[in-house]
Amino acid sequence: MPTSALLFLVAGLGLIAWLSGRVRAIAFRKAPGQRFSSLPRHHGSFAAMWTVLPPLLFLAVWGACAPGLATNGVLKTPAAAQLPPPGFERAAILSEARAIANDHHRTPLNPLATRLAPAYAVEQSRYGWIGGATALLLGIAGGAFAFLRIRPGFNARTRIERIVMASLLAASLIAILTTIGIVASLLFESARFFGTVPITDFLFGRHWSPQVIDPRNPGASLGAVPLFWGTFFIGAVIAMLVAIPFGLMSAIYLTQYASPRLRAWMKPTLEILAGVPTVVYGYFAALVVGPALRQLGVAIGIPGATSESALAAGLVMGVMIIPFVSSMADDAIAAVPSAMRDGSLAMGATPSETISRVLLPAALPGVVGGVLLAISRAIGETMIVVMAASGAATISLNPFNSATTVTKQIVDLLTGEASFDSPKTLAAFALGMTLFVITLLLNIIALTVVKRYREAYE
Amino acid sequence: MERRVRRRYAAERRFRLFGLAAIVLSAGFLLFLLVTMMANGARGFVTTEVALSIDFPAAGLGLTPDRIRGPGGDLALAGAQLDAVVDRAAAAQYGAIGPALFSDGADTIVRRALKADPRLAVGRVRLWLPAASDVDTAAKADGTPLAEKRAQVLTDAGQLRTGFNWGFLSGSDSTDPTAVGIWGALKGSLLTMLVTLALAFPIGVLSALYLEEYAPRNRWTDLIEVSINNLAAVPSIIFGLLGLAVFLNTFHLPRSAALVGGLTLALMTMPVIVIASRNAIKAVPPSIRDAALALGASPVQVVFHHVLPLALPGILTGTIIGMARALGETAPLLMIGMRAFIATPPGKLTDPSTVLPVQIFLWSDEVSRGFIEKTSAAIIVLLVFLLAMNGIAIYLRNRFETRW
Repeated sequence: MPTSALLFLVAGLGLIAWLSGRVRAIAFRKAPGQRFSSLPRHHGSFAAMWTVLPPLLFLAVWGACAPGLATNGVLKTPAAAQLPPPGFERAAILSEARAIANDHHRTPLNPLATRLAPAYAVEQSRYGWIGGATALLLGIAGGAFAFLRIRPGFNARTRIERIVMASLLAASLIAILTTIGIVASLLFESARFFGTVPITDFLFGRHWSPQVIDPRNPGASLGAVPLFWGTFFIGAVIAMLVAIPFGLMSAIYLTQYASPRLRAWMKPTLEILAGVPTVVYGYFAALVVGPALRQLGVAIGIPGATSESALAAGLVMGVMIIPFVSSMADDAIAAVPSAMRDGSLAMGATPSETISRVLLPAALPGVVGGVLLAISRAIGETMIVVMAASGAATISLNPFNSATTVTKQIVDLLTGEASFDSPKTLAAFALGMTLFVITLLLNIIALTVVKRYREAYE
Repeated sequence: MERRVRRRYAAERRFRLFGLAAIVLSAGFLLFLLVTMMANGARGFVTTEVALSIDFPAAGLGLTPDRIRGPGGDLALAGAQLDAVVDRAAAAQYGAIGPALFSDGADTIVRRALKADPRLAVGRVRLWLPAASDVDTAAKADGTPLAEKRAQVLTDAGQLRTGFNWGFLSGSDSTDPTAVGIWGALKGSLLTMLVTLALAFPIGVLSALYLEEYAPRNRWTDLIEVSINNLAAVPSIIFGLLGLAVFLNTFHLPRSAALVGGLTLALMTMPVIVIASRNAIKAVPPSIRDAALALGASPVQVVFHHVLPLALPGILTGTIIGMARALGETAPLLMIGMRAFIATPPGKLTDPSTVLPVQIFLWSDEVSRGFIEKTSAAIIVLLVFLLAMNGIAIYLRNRFETRW
């Protein structure tokens, strides 16, 4: 039975249950001299929930285990005897047979898969019908149960509210599940990676060339220090050299000097700068900034100037971060008590002296926290470096030279055609793990700093 | 004393000027970026066509109006070697360089013309066909000197015209820059956003309601809060790795499908929606809740009848901003394989598809010069969507935001 038809049927049953529950509750209302805690539509909803939720929960579970049951059924057929022993090849043939059974226009690669496909189709439709029938039965049974429970004194509303509360709790647990999912998948794949490559080689090795991996000593070409250096150089040095002065000065000007009209125009403009997708910045860096900087580098005689320079990626990334730094600095300056500012101005200090000697020192922890958040954002930024930085892993202090980053290498490693178990792919997860840990630490430190500072003035 | 004051005032003016310069330079960069994209992209919306007269009976295809209209007409058209016909007609009309003047997609235009009007097949017709990429760029004064001279000759002879490139809005990816379109990528983006919205909005709003209105202060709630705040700051590429490891390798969902892209982006967008919704809910004054409770409403009724409707504009603003971010996101989608060459728009959620930002990324990697203007044109389309979404968000904020 197709899933859409099944869902449609379940929804229809739910509607019937809602109507009949409501009718039954209204019928009870005819009796005089009674007080009700629930309205007829609460009773209707109660019946509808009992009709709809059990089949949906069942289908969710069934959807997870039916493919396994179908595969077991296929393995019992005579054609399955020719399958290779359990392993990667066997899984590939079975998944191809499943694909052919679902989509008849596919051209088969493996003759065995073609022979297994009809068996698959039979098994799948069998378990599909079993699941569909059970789901509908469950829905009808649940609806009947709820319908019979509707009595004059029955409090349907609190029942519904309990279900609503449960769904609220479930929704908020998704955030934890996502975090667990991220940590688990990164840890699991990284652990497999560090099973073949010693962790010290990865963290302290100075040679990175994943294209040629020596199977006997994979750690020799998977040393990530050049990537860490490039990430730090582009994200934390060059980008910040652009973003901190520009962001800070814009925030100071907008909060302290600008007329309300200019502020009303400039703030949305900076927000637009923050809303431009990173792929656009990346394209701009690769098309305009990179070649221009190469020409500049060649003109002033810098050896090894390339159009995929660290400077191009870092500059554009810095521009991208300006609004972020600006809004963080804005918040930090706004949180300084105005008494401090007024006191300084009353003593005869000029506005700029007040800002640089009173406001900024007082706001410093907040600004530092904001800068740390900005750094964490810059080193996690992907598209600008993927499009504007090079893939060559070198350690160089020359900003006109090429540099590569962790994020760029993750993309390069995972968009090739390597199989999922190769050290190359697993290395991407190890890099992701490192990135995750570093950005997490930066965020935690930044949030602690900002929080302490806020408490100091509250 | 006087001198000291003057010096201090000069420093004051300098400082102020620095501030102004920072703002002007930031805005100037934005302007420069937009102008560059506009200048490059405007040409992407223009198509160049060259006239070609084709004598169908002489081409010996055996196509007659009746045959095209009759059953199997589509098959006959598909089987006819129209690309060879175009090449021969071009060689006859323009000499040896003729076939190189026309785009690889020219024969599909001829096929479409024949299908639309089968009577063309009986005689000699003059058709406007898309020009090859180098002629196209030359006609826009950006090609090689040789090609530009050729284009000039064609223009003078009235054999070359330019017009609005409708095919760019209705087509899909192609290897030929003159035949590419963004509809396929746009449709992929729409499907992906649909999945993202359907998951992230309810889950985000419900968890915000729980955390803000009902959650007891205990270790579990703190854990949920910490995870949401951290998820909002996790680099987007990490979500791509999560999608790859969980949705593709554990649940075996189809690669490069809008469904998987939507799921991944939903996980990324959800914390943004939660944080915005919590702020909106926090802004609803407690007196509203107290009044509803005093009239006998249950806690669930208080929230769903009073708090949620009042917080809704703020929630919607946050949701639109979160969705705009998801629409412009590229990196996590590269991880789950949405970078394939997709020449047909996706029909359903599990079809292989690509999205607009990824399409931009793919085109930016192409070597052919013709792709530069198409990339910029696609960027313009993306920016128009994002600006519209942000504009709606700002409008909602100004229109409905209540200061209590």
